[in-house]
Amino acid sequence: MTCDEARILLHALLDSELDAGHAREIESHIASCPDCAAEFAAQREMQRVLAETNLRYTAPASLRARIEASLPQPQRQPTRRSVLRGFAMGSAVSALAATGVVAVVLRQDDQQRILSEVVSAHLRSLQAGHLTDVVSTDQHTVKPWFNGKLDVAPPVIDLTAQGFTLVGGRLDYIDARAIGAVVYRRRQHVINLFVSQTSSTEHRPPKTQTMQGFNCRRWGERGLNFWAVSDLGADELAEFVDKFEAAMAKVEGKSGS
Amino acid sequence: MPATDDVQKAQRFREAALPYLDDVYTLARYLLRDASDAEDAVQECYLRALKHFDSYRGPAMKPWLFAILRNVCNAEYARRAHRPSAIEDTPGAAEQTPLWQEAEASPETEMVRSRDVGAIRKLIDALAEPFKETFVLREINNLSYREIAEAVGAPVGTVMSRLARARAMLRAAWMAEEEQAK
Ligand SMILES: [Zn+2]
Repeated sequence: MTCDEARILLHALLDSELDAGHAREIESHIASCPDCAAEFAAQREMQRVLAETNLRYTAPASLRARIEASLPQPQRQPTRRSVLRGFAMGSAVSALAATGVVAVVLRQDDQQRILSEVVSAHLRSLQAGHLTDVVSTDQHTVKPWFNGKLDVAPPVIDLTAQGFTLVGGRLDYIDARAIGAVVYRRRQHVINLFVSQTSSTEHRPPKTQTMQGFNCRRWGERGLNFWAVSDLGADELAEFVDKFEAAMAKVEGKSGS
Repeated sequence: MPATDDVQKAQRFREAALPYLDDVYTLARYLLRDASDAEDAVQECYLRALKHFDSYRGPAMKPWLFAILRNVCNAEYARRAHRPSAIEDTPGAAEQTPLWQEAEASPETEMVRSRDVGAIRKLIDALAEPFKETFVLREINNLSYREIAEAVGAPVGTVMSRLARARAMLRAAWMAEEEQAK
């Protein structure tokens, strides 16, 4: 792999868009090339800073009302900008096409599928009697319950003091595998935290995606994949993940010393 | 067409499309850099989306709405006579921006420092198109590469190179500002 290729593919690595084979290729280039390693570190840091900043805008309530008001009358004549020009994409040859590595195999389809399974599992859990297999607000009861049921028990952390009440745990199935779900509540909202083992020890910064009206924040840390799913707003779900990670770091600090 | 059908369709549309209002509005704000133009564009986008809702086959609503919004915004650019169509994909100076510079004297890499929301938004606003929209779709609207490709009508490879360039430009601008602030 050349540095030019690496300078493009390292972003796909940052975004977890590469399949395992291509991820290894770019990782081994980074390992042997100080310049690309520096660029990767700098871009990862920028992505981290950006993820910490809420760069989204919120639509004004008046706009929502205007759109709502226009909905039941779909035959109404559109506004002044009804005549719209489509525009063709130009033929600029992309740098990537020029390097000849266009045939990158993305694992996006897999991720989309798993995300939709995660959201389905969340939905199932909301049906009466399906939320928890073990009901306890005590992490010392919930955590051992998982032992022996999974290869790796998910971390169970009480976040009641931080505003997220531990409700219990559950075994679930994602991607045809048993997976641990730790259940929290915030006001009337349920948060399912799904945790699965992964071969990658790489840190993947949290990303929020929306599916079927649910927010899902996923990230990777310590050889585990996490998906937090809820109908909570994106802000509060991000807060949950931050609080969880902060508490995890604290626990590890203690056990490490 | 009986009115009840329209009402039912509107209801289905409301459930499918309205949850993404903030996403669509966010993209409009970055593309148009003007709050009231963004509101008009988003309303127009939803009107058009409703009109074409019958032919919508999914699966992903977000990229579909974004593709419509882009068309609306492009019309808005055309209306702003004083401004060239900014998301037209012509290889300009920005396309030539090197993805990276030769290593400078000091090999240690400088990291960007955290800034307030306003300052970062300004840096993003200043990015040239089509790099800005690619960046916003990925980093702020959380679209996958495939979804971005779908929304902007470009191959995934093009999306990847634009994103790499957008981030390189953003970091360069960010570092330049920090340098000035020193
Ligand atoms: Zn290199």
